Amino acid sequence: MAELWAEYLWPALLIVLKVVAICVPLLISVAYLTFAERKVIGAIHRRKGPNVVGPFGLLQPMADGLKLMLKETIIPTGANRAVFIIAPMLTFILALVAWAVIPFGDGVVLANINVGVLYLFAISSLGVYGIVMAGWASNSKYAFLGGLRSAAQMVSYEVSMGFVLITVLLCVGSLNLSDIVRAQSGPLGMLQWFVVPLLPMAVIFLVSALAETNRHPFDLPEAEAELVSGYNVEYSAMTFALFFLGEYANMILMSAITSVLFLGGWLPPLPVAPFTWVPGPVWFALKIAACLFVFLWVRATLPRYRYDQLMRLGWKVFLPVSLAAVVIVAGVVLTFGLGPGMK
Amino acid sequence: MSSMDRAARTVFLTELLSGLALTFRYMFRSTVTVNYPYEKGPLSPRFRGEHALRRYPNGEERCIACKLCEAICPAQAITIEAEPRADGSRRTTRYDIDMVKCIYCGLCQEACPVDAIVEGPNFEFSTETREELLYNKERLLANGDRWETEIAANLAADAPYR
Repeated sequence: MAELWAEYLWPALLIVLKVVAICVPLLISVAYLTFAERKVIGAIHRRKGPNVVGPFGLLQPMADGLKLMLKETIIPTGANRAVFIIAPMLTFILALVAWAVIPFGDGVVLANINVGVLYLFAISSLGVYGIVMAGWASNSKYAFLGGLRSAAQMVSYEVSMGFVLITVLLCVGSLNLSDIVRAQSGPLGMLQWFVVPLLPMAVIFLVSALAETNRHPFDLPEAEAELVSGYNVEYSAMTFALFFLGEYANMILMSAITSVLFLGGWLPPLPVAPFTWVPGPVWFALKIAACLFVFLWVRATLPRYRYDQLMRLGWKVFLPVSLAAVVIVAGVVLTFGLGPGMK
Repeated sequence: MSSMDRAARTVFLTELLSGLALTFRYMFRSTVTVNYPYEKGPLSPRFRGEHALRRYPNGEERCIACKLCEAICPAQAITIEAEPRADGSRRTTRYDIDMVKCIYCGLCQEACPVDAIVEGPNFEFSTETREELLYNKERLLANGDRWETEIAANLAADAPYR
């Protein structure tokens, strides 16, 4: 019995505690991301945003969450019940599962696996299933079209995202996310983050991240004007809330990946005294917040792309550019012997 | 050269970035909104809000049951029944306004020879049920008592233009 406890139950309990320690702050950040979105867009529109519930409206996300929980979950009679219920759960779970490999600090990571980038890429590709399933199971033409659009869009942008990842991997020589962050450390601080040598790739990655998370200006799957709201038209209450949470958790995840790949993860901007006093996870959180601000800022600025423009950008601009970048980066790395094991 | 210009602008995303810079600057400007319900915009003395039946300063109700408002009401929202009171004066026994039918045109107010039915400055009278919007005489008189100061001030302010 003691053996069972020491060998199996205790480690399992520890892992569960770690998962809770990641998920709870994440869900709170998701709630406050919706609040931040409304506040930032309000400020840009020169209005106030939510300011009535609690001080400065800070309890607004709680009120919204409570409302969604108390409402009735409506399942359309024509819908495929099982798939209809599974779809939002899948979206939500996949948005959380990917956080297992994100390093919050030096060694602060749930699963420090060697194929972290591959894992992230696989999970974010699976995300499209939730949306396709929702579009199909709703048995509604708007939801169906929204799901189709979303599937095509996510698949298109994942291709160029993959090539951008390869350029980073060429510079690092490892698929481990902690190694990717460590490769960006050095005496020059933020000048050694990959955003400097790979700036065009960072821009392409961020734009693809917008498309991948179905955010403005690529929010075609939920184009309100033409599809009333896209794949989630038929969803209400908690099932809708799960889609919503999943979408925003994905935004935070994409920001975290951008921070890890291009902004030096948990590293301080300069490796000198006042900056190194601040713990790594704080820097990481600040970088994620900065990326998320860009998401919101872009939403307040740009109009929605037309569908053919979206596809043109993905296949005829980003794909060739990122493909060329892979060749160029690989050539530079090889020529100057910058690659891992070449020094 | 212009094609070079265009290409450079596309590659360096200058138009996109200038748009982002503009919205970033706007983020720090002061808000232009009215923080309703804590702040409210100004109302004209002619504002046509919730109806009220007024009284004379001695407490006698103004309405003489001439039914001009009922006749002119384009939405037929007003219902009046009348009979002589014990002292012989003509008064309404029933004065109902269906606030759901009412289109707030103000014709009842224009038609009234004794300034009895008026549309006051109150516009915050939403209810949770439809029945609550079927106003009767007591409700309208209560409105008149409640808003008399404002209504009288508005009528006085508008009088020179009539």
